Amino acid sequence: MRVANRLVPLLLVVAALMYIRAPFMIQAAPLESVMGVVQKIFYFHVPSAMMTFLAAFVCGIASATYLWNRSKFADHVAVSAAELAVVFGLIVLVTGPLWARKAWGVWWQWDVRLTMTLVMWMIFVAYLLLRRFGGAGSEILAAAVGVFGTALVPFVYISVNYWRTIHPNTNVLKSLPAEMADPFRWAIFAFLLFFTALLLVRIRLESSRAVLEEAYAALED
Amino acid sequence: MRSLMGRLTWFGAFVIAAGWNIVVAAQTAQQEFVPVTDATRENLPATPLVYIAYGFVWVALVAYVFLLWQRLGRVERELASVSAKLANRR
Repeated sequence: MRVANRLVPLLLVVAALMYIRAPFMIQAAPLESVMGVVQKIFYFHVPSAMMTFLAAFVCGIASATYLWNRSKFADHVAVSAAELAVVFGLIVLVTGPLWARKAWGVWWQWDVRLTMTLVMWMIFVAYLLLRRFGGAGSEILAAAVGVFGTALVPFVYISVNYWRTIHPNTNVLKSLPAEMADPFRWAIFAFLLFFTALLLVRIRLESSRAVLEEAYAALED
Repeated sequence: MRSLMGRLTWFGAFVIAAGWNIVVAAQTAQQEFVPVTDATRENLPATPLVYIAYGFVWVALVAYVFLLWQRLGRVERELASVSAKLANRR
């Protein structure tokens, strides 16, 4: 954990520098032929979605580990990742409609990709509410909710390829031209560094809370 | 009783017929199309949407970092205080 604490400022500084450079790279990227300027939301929208998926996976794996061996550390990781899934998911759910308003003419479509993303986000909100207000023993139920939330991720990802939707499908990423792929990769890396830093700090917060609870218990004895 | 039922039936039929007429009238109200002279006014500008999207991402992430640091600081101060009390007791 000490190494992680030293790593956080470095990750934050590098991520901040990358975030500062990103808009210049995005501005220099060519306009998309159908959507024009509004397509540039893609460079932050998709990396946010990737971080939501990553957070969901971390939460799911940590929750499954907690259900398996009741490891406190796994529980701390699960709570931290669930919170990040909610934060990055909120970014996806706000930037997406802003893009859709221009590209599709509506803020929201109840199609499979959008609806499943909203449901997944609500599951992680439910996870956090359960942890906040569920009382003693809610960790086990919350861990099960976390696993279910994670199980949705592959379906959200492939939904655009198997159901009829107006959302761009996953082939868009594979076929990106180099001038669009470079700022996109840059943004993904910036988000990834930032995500790692936030996750480490959030785990530290959760671990400190657990130590504080133990200290209060020792004080009362 | 029969006359009351009959009146109610007639009243119901009148309401349905009047409602139907209102719906039909609303659907056929527009009689002509007037061409727009300033076509650009109808276009939804994309740039503000892009700025709002990027602005939201920055504000959300900075706000989250700020809140996270505040929560961490509060818990670690409390932990130091409780640890000091425990050390004094021993």
